[in-house]
Amino acid sequence: MLKFLIWPLAAVALLALPHGLSFSQQEILVFLTINILLVTSYRLLTLTGEWSLAHVVIMGVGAYASALFTKELGIYVPVSMLLGGLVSALIAVILSFPLFRMKGFYFLIGSFAAGEIIRLLWKHFRDPFGGAKGIKGIDPMPDFSIGIYNFDFFEPVSYFYFAGLVVAVCMWILWRIERSPVGLTFHAVHWQDKLAEASGVNLRAYRTLAFAVASGFAGISGALLAHYIGTINPGSFDLDYMVFVLTWAIVGGTGTFYGPILGCVALTILNEVVLREMGFEQARPLIYGCILIASILFMPNGLESIVQKFTKRRAKQ
Amino acid sequence: MLDLLAQTGLNAVYAASYISLVAVGLVLIFGVMGVINFAHGELFMAGSYVVVAVYADMHMPFFFAVVIGLLFVGCLGLLMERALFRPLRDNPLGGLVASIGFLMILQALASMGFGVRMEFIPPVTQHVIWFTDSISIPLARVYVIVAAVLLLSALWYFLKRTRFGWALRASAQDPQAAELQGISIAHTARIAMFIGAGLAGIAGALTAPLVSVNPHMGHSVIVTAFIVIIVGGVGSLEGAIIASVVYAFVHTFVTTFYGGVIADITGLSLMLVVLIVKPTGLFGSADRA
Repeated sequence: MLKFLIWPLAAVALLALPHGLSFSQQEILVFLTINILLVTSYRLLTLTGEWSLAHVVIMGVGAYASALFTKELGIYVPVSMLLGGLVSALIAVILSFPLFRMKGFYFLIGSFAAGEIIRLLWKHFRDPFGGAKGIKGIDPMPDFSIGIYNFDFFEPVSYFYFAGLVVAVCMWILWRIERSPVGLTFHAVHWQDKLAEASGVNLRAYRTLAFAVASGFAGISGALLAHYIGTINPGSFDLDYMVFVLTWAIVGGTGTFYGPILGCVALTILNEVVLREMGFEQARPLIYGCILIASILFMPNGLESIVQKFTKRRAKQ
Repeated sequence: MLDLLAQTGLNAVYAASYISLVAVGLVLIFGVMGVINFAHGELFMAGSYVVVAVYADMHMPFFFAVVIGLLFVGCLGLLMERALFRPLRDNPLGGLVASIGFLMILQALASMGFGVRMEFIPPVTQHVIWFTDSISIPLARVYVIVAAVLLLSALWYFLKRTRFGWALRASAQDPQAAELQGISIAHTARIAMFIGAGLAGIAGALTAPLVSVNPHMGHSVIVTAFIVIIVGGVGSLEGAIIASVVYAFVHTFVTTFYGGVIADITGLSLMLVVLIVKPTGLFGSADRA
């Protein structure tokens, strides 16, 4: 009974959530929604055991592509967002040729180099990427009405509903992929690569598939971001942002689907809401850094291990 | 034209000097601790801020400040070893995240203590050595080159000719076998962290009057160091030094003739090509990864 009620209740809670928040908190909520998709797609990539440092730049590829499609070709915004995701996946397939010759630490550094090169190309070519100043005046989502609710996409609440729906659909697809035979093969590629290869699994093809799918969804999250803030530049997708994604995933834990989401939500609330509103503006990175170190020292399996401990205890009773 | 080439070459030698100090420290830490120290650029920054505090604010002699920078940042390295890397020995990704946390702390401390503005440091010496009418090098840059040559020679002697150096190399090659031979891994780890961090610190201290000192200066330093240690081979100190020279020359010449962004792209492409063609780097061996 409870199982059938839990999803509608969660949906209602999410619909009501922004109305209890201040304007700046509503904006943070929109970014949080977009980041949840980013970090969930990142987890699909880590399923095959590789940690990329290019994921945020790939997100930027989606953002740039979607922005240029609407600006230069006048494509309808939701369509261009999808196209942005496709371009990201395509770039990932191209990048996979050099990158998947490497593993582990070398992949980490190689992906970082590839990402930085893309970022510097945006910076260098003023046409069409706008150089260091980036692209301004990106078309917003066109307003529309569904009868009971008028979507005005300059309002964070409206955009939260829209992004929430897109992210929910994307996450459902990601979840289905993970539960499918393909997803199980990703696990095998990570934990038993020799055995998987011996049983006829093409490791390279599955790594590329995971990289491309994860990048596609990262691209969609980038497009969502671009059409909300309306201006993007190479600095929007720098190493600092990537470091945040990495820490969300590791602090949350990557053993489960919900681990990275947990990390993203907890650290964002901590960083944006608690520390900012307590007036620690300058000391914010200091406290954030301390908490990062403490959580990695005392919770090596991430926040998800707490949830697991709690649910196991309940199952015993 | 020849003058311009010679002048650019001199600039490249200076760049190679401080890059190799930073990169060798990073390689040493990676070799012995097995962890990528993301905060290495911030150790460089900490060295610069020691000079700001001791030389610019307290008006002590410059070289005294440099020595303090070496010792202070070396001790920061010891702190990192004890507080972060030792408890996370079997968790390389954890070590990476912990060093990111440490990086944020150091950056925040620098901007809280000194402000986010660029620090002005009075020049150590205005003296410039003129080779011809158009080829010159400021004496302050010569200090950096001399220090790099002296320190790296000393390190080479220490590693190849002393018992501590042997122990250090042994525990980098095979920690378990070294432990069985009676080498204290904790002890060699401390030495490696002190030297590795100290080298970054002294590089930061020596270049402080020559660059813009700000809390975010570590970023470009760590990117450069990554490129250098990949091109040189992750386990190899000689490789790091040679790659520093190669990178510094390529970067300086491309900057002079084509501009900074193209130079950065060239450096990163160089690293990517090395990674694709020979993932262990030019001087790395296959089993040290």
